[in-house]
Amino acid sequence: MGLRLQNIDKMVGRETHLKDISLEFEPGSRNIILGRTLAGKTSLLRIMAGLDRPTSGKLFIDDRDVTGVSVRKRSIAMVYQQFINYPSLTVYKNIASPLKIAGLKRTEIDQRVRKTAAILHIDDLLDRLPTELSGGQQQRTAIARALVKEADLLLLDEPLVNLDFKLREELRIELQEIFTRRKAIVVYTTTEPAEALMIGGNIVVIDEGRILQTGPVSDVYQNPATLKVADVFSDPPINYIKGVVTADAIRLGRGIDIPLHDHLSSLKAGTYKFGVRANHLFLTRTAEADVKIRTTVELSEINGSETFIHVNYDNSMLVVQQNGVHSHRIGEPVTLFVNPHYLLAYNEEGHLAASPSLQTATGMNAGNVGDDHGVH
Amino acid sequence: MDKWEDNKAWFLVLPVFIIVAFSAIIPLMTVVNYSVQDIFPGKRVFVGAEWFKEVLTSHRLHSALWRQFLFSGMVLLIEIPLGIIIALAMPKRGWGVSASLVTLALPLLIPWNVIGTIWIIFTRPDIGLFGATINSLGITFDHTSAPLDAWVTLMLMEVWHWTPLVALLAYSGLRAIPEAYFQAAKIDGASAWATFRYIQLPKMRGVLTIAILLRFMDSFLIYAEPFVLTGGGPGNSTTFLSIYLVKIAVGSFDLGPAAAFSLIYFVIILLFSWLFYQALQNVGKGENNG
Amino acid sequence: MAYIELNEIAHSYLSKPEDQADYALKRIHTVWEDGGAYALLGPSGCGKTTLLNIISGLLTPSQGRVLYDGKDVTALSPEKRNIAQVFQFPVLYDTMTVSDNLAFPLRNRGVPKNDIIRRVNEVAEILDLTAFLKKKAAGLTADAKQKVSLGRGLVRSDVAAILFDEPLTVIDPHLKWRLRRSLKQIHEQLKLTLIYVTHDQTEALTFAEKVVVMYDGDIVQIGTPQELFEYPEHRFVGYFIGSPGMNFLECVPDGDRVRVDNVGIKLDAPIAALANQAKGKLELGIRPMYLQLSAKPVQDSVEAQIKAVEDQGSCKIVSLSLAGKTVRARLPEGQPVPSGKAWLIFPPQKIRLFDDGRLIKQAVGSKLKTGNWKLQTEE
Repeated sequence: MGLRLQNIDKMVGRETHLKDISLEFEPGSRNIILGRTLAGKTSLLRIMAGLDRPTSGKLFIDDRDVTGVSVRKRSIAMVYQQFINYPSLTVYKNIASPLKIAGLKRTEIDQRVRKTAAILHIDDLLDRLPTELSGGQQQRTAIARALVKEADLLLLDEPLVNLDFKLREELRIELQEIFTRRKAIVVYTTTEPAEALMIGGNIVVIDEGRILQTGPVSDVYQNPATLKVADVFSDPPINYIKGVVTADAIRLGRGIDIPLHDHLSSLKAGTYKFGVRANHLFLTRTAEADVKIRTTVELSEINGSETFIHVNYDNSMLVVQQNGVHSHRIGEPVTLFVNPHYLLAYNEEGHLAASPSLQTATGMNAGNVGDDHGVH
Repeated sequence: MDKWEDNKAWFLVLPVFIIVAFSAIIPLMTVVNYSVQDIFPGKRVFVGAEWFKEVLTSHRLHSALWRQFLFSGMVLLIEIPLGIIIALAMPKRGWGVSASLVTLALPLLIPWNVIGTIWIIFTRPDIGLFGATINSLGITFDHTSAPLDAWVTLMLMEVWHWTPLVALLAYSGLRAIPEAYFQAAKIDGASAWATFRYIQLPKMRGVLTIAILLRFMDSFLIYAEPFVLTGGGPGNSTTFLSIYLVKIAVGSFDLGPAAAFSLIYFVIILLFSWLFYQALQNVGKGENNG
Repeated sequence: MAYIELNEIAHSYLSKPEDQADYALKRIHTVWEDGGAYALLGPSGCGKTTLLNIISGLLTPSQGRVLYDGKDVTALSPEKRNIAQVFQFPVLYDTMTVSDNLAFPLRNRGVPKNDIIRRVNEVAEILDLTAFLKKKAAGLTADAKQKVSLGRGLVRSDVAAILFDEPLTVIDPHLKWRLRRSLKQIHEQLKLTLIYVTHDQTEALTFAEKVVVMYDGDIVQIGTPQELFEYPEHRFVGYFIGSPGMNFLECVPDGDRVRVDNVGIKLDAPIAALANQAKGKLELGIRPMYLQLSAKPVQDSVEAQIKAVEDQGSCKIVSLSLAGKTVRARLPEGQPVPSGKAWLIFPPQKIRLFDDGRLIKQAVGSKLKTGNWKLQTEE
C-alpha cells in the first residue's frame, strides 16, 4: 500500500494547524515526522489515520481517493503517547481485540497474540490487567495491539515520550528492529533528534504546520536546509556564530579570521550565520586549522555518557559536547576549538549556503515534495 | 476535533430534534402567540404589547418579583456557604466517605410533594415535632397564620432539601485538588483559613459556578413547596412568581397576561443566569490558561 | 540549613508487612552533608519518592529515625521541619500575584513587612522573576511557575533543605537547561542542602554533587557523577547510568585473563588477582565508549560479529555478538565501522569486575582519587 497526501490544509477555527502538506509514503517505508511540541505532528497523523478530515486537500491510498472514508474501513493501527488499553481486559484480550473484531479463528488469534507478545517481551504477562503493569509494560501492550493487526499503515505518535529514560532507550532499539520486519508503512512522530536518527528511514521535518524539509534521515541531519531545521534537528540546540565573509576570509564573531577553504570557498561576500553542532566543538585542538575561542562555563550538563558545556560567546550561547562524565564549575575558564571543516553556513534568509557534505544535499528532496522546502 | 462518518448519523439525531420541537419550541411559540392576543371562546383579537404593559405595571407582579429575589438571594446566601462547610467537614477517606455521601443524598431522593407534606407535619404547632417544641418553649410558631413563620418553614425546607446538592458538588471539587497543593500549603505554614482562601476556594470555582446557577434557577422557579405548604399564603406572603403566574393563568383564566408574564419570567431567568455566569467567569480570569 | 541523617529507615505501605518484598524501602542508613546537592536517581518504583516524603515529613517511616543536625525530627510535620518542596507540577496560589506568592510563607510566619519586601525582591532577583512580580501567577509559563514554586522555598532564610520532586517534568525540553542552571547557581550562591528526585540521569548528574542511586528500595551507590560512571558499585548503576549502559559479560577467571565462554580477555595483574576472589557469579563490565574496534586482529583483541550499527549523529552504536552475547560499542562520529566482523579491544584499565552484581574493589592504594581522573578527550 502506498499513501499520498496532496496539498493538505487543516484549520481549526481560525488557527492553521497544517498548511499545504504534500507527502508520499512508499509501501514498507519507515518514516519519521520530527517537530517540536505543537508543530502539527499529531494533526498530521490524525489526518493520515482518517480520524480527522482535512480542511482542504486529498488523501490517496494506492491512487484511490480516501479523503472522507471512515477510519474503520482503512487498515490502520495507531499507538498514542498515553498508554491506551482496555482497562477491564487482560493483556491477552487487549492484544486479541483487533483480531476478534476482524472475526479471525480462535486458533489463529491465539497464535498471533502469542507471537506478538513474545516480540514485545510481554508473553509472561498475558493474564494480567493493564493496571497491574508498569508504564513500560502498558505501552508494550498497546504497541502489541497495534502490531498484531498487521495493518497497512502503522502510526506511532511519540510512543515513548511518557516512559522512563532507560525504558525509552530499550524500546527504541527494539522498535527499530521490529519495524525492519514489517511490510506496513510506519510513521513515527518524535520531538527528539536522537530518536529520529535511531529509528531511521525517511524524515519529514515540520514546524508550525508546514513541511520544512524531507529526505533520508542522515542527509537531512547533515544538511539542514534552513536555520529552523537545524534547530529542530539538533539536541542540544545547534550553535550559531555570526560571521562576515569578505573576499579572502571569514571573520567569525569578535575577530576570529578563518580562510575560505573547502566547502566554504564557494561563499559569496556577505553576512552569514555559521552553525556548528555541539559535538563539533572541542576542548582540545583536533586539527591544524582549528580556531580558538576563550570563554567561561555557564553550566555543564551531564547526561549518561556525555557532558554538555554551555558557554557564552559574543552574546550568544554555545554548547560543547564532551564525551564521558566531567565536572565543570560555573564560571570556570574554558577554551574551545572550532574546526572550520564542520561549519554549516546559512545566508541572511536562513537558507543553507554551504555544508561539509553538500554534494549529497542534492538528494534532499527525496521525500517527493518536489518544490522548495525552504522558508515559506 | 471533527470526526466524520457517513451522513446517516444525522438520522440518529432526528428523534431528539422532534422531541425538543414538541417539548420546547412548539409550546414556547404557543405562549408567544397567546401573549399578543386577547382570547375569547371562539374569537381572538390581536392586542400587540397590551398584555406586556399591563403585566409590567402590575403592582402585584412587582411585589411577587421582589419576594422572589429576596427568597432566591437568601437561598444562595445560606446554601452555598453551608454546602461548602459541609463539604469541608466530610471525611476524605475510609468508610466515612460513602456513609456521608449516602446520608447527604437522601433528601435529594425524596419526591417534592412528599417533602412539602413532611415539613407541614413537622412544623405543625399542635403535633409537629419542630412546631410543637418551639411553641412549648413559649415562642408562637404557626406557618398558616404568621407570614414570617411561613417563610422560615419554607427556608428550612429548601435548605434541608437542596444544600446536600451544593455540598456534593463542592466535595467533588475539593477531591479534585491534587494533594501537592495541600502539602505545599503545609510547608508554607499556611493556616487552615489561608489554605481555604487561596487553594480550596479558587479551585472550587468551577463547581461553585454550577452550584450557584442551579440553585438560583431552581429557587427562582420554586412552586411546589409554597403551594403544598400554604398555597402562597398567609395573605400573599409566599406568593412567588410561579404561584402568581398560576393564579392568573388557572385562577382567573387570563391567558394573555399569563403568557406575557411567562415570557418576562423566562427572560429574567435567562438574564440572571447569564449575569451570574459572566461574573463567575471573570472572577478567575487568567487562571485557567496556564 | 542542616545535615540530614537517615537512621535505619525502612518503610512499608502495608500495615503488617510480612517479608522484604512488602517494603517500599528496605534499609536506608546514611548521612547527607549540610549544604550538599543530592539527587535521588532510580527507575519508577525504586522508592525514591517514598524516601523524599520521609525526609520532608509528609510520610512517617515504619521504622527508623530522621535526624536534622542531630535532632530527631521523625515525628515532626513538614512545616515544623522547616523544609521547602518543589513538586512535579507547579503548585501556585493562582489568585495571587507572583510577589504575593513569594511573600506567602513569610506572611504566614509573621515576618515584619519590610523584611518580607526585601526578601521577595532578593529572591525575585536570583530567579529572574523581577519583571513578573506584579503579575498574576496563573498567567505565567510553566518554567516561570516552577521558578515561583522554588522561590517560595528560597525566601525563607531558615529553611533546612529544599526538596525537589521531578521538578522539570512539565518544562519544555529546550528551556530545561536554563532552570538547571538557575538551580546550580542558587546552590553555589546560597549553599543550601538540596535534594532532588528524578528518574532522568541527565538531571541527576547535572544537578548533583552526589548522586544517590536507588534500586528496589535500597540505596545501591552514593557518589559523584564520575564515580558512578567509572566505578559503578552495583551492576544496576552500570546499566542505569550511561547510554547505552555498561556491557556485562559473565566470565570465569583464567590466569591473567577472564574467559567469556572460550574467549579470553586480558586483565591488569592486580585485577586478575581479584577475579579469583569472587565467590558468586563473576561478570566483566565495560562502558561502550571504552571499547575499541579494529578491522584487523591486533594484540589482545577478540573477534566479534557485527549485528547492527545505529548512527546517532554524534556517535555510532555498534551491536556485536561475542561468544553468543550482545556487546555494544560506542564509536565517535566519523570512525569507519568494519563490516561483518571486527576485533574488539578491551582496554584493561577500563575493565570492572562484578561479583554477584557488586563491584570488586581494588586495594585502596591503587584506586585513583575521585576528581583526579584525567578525562578522555575525544577524537
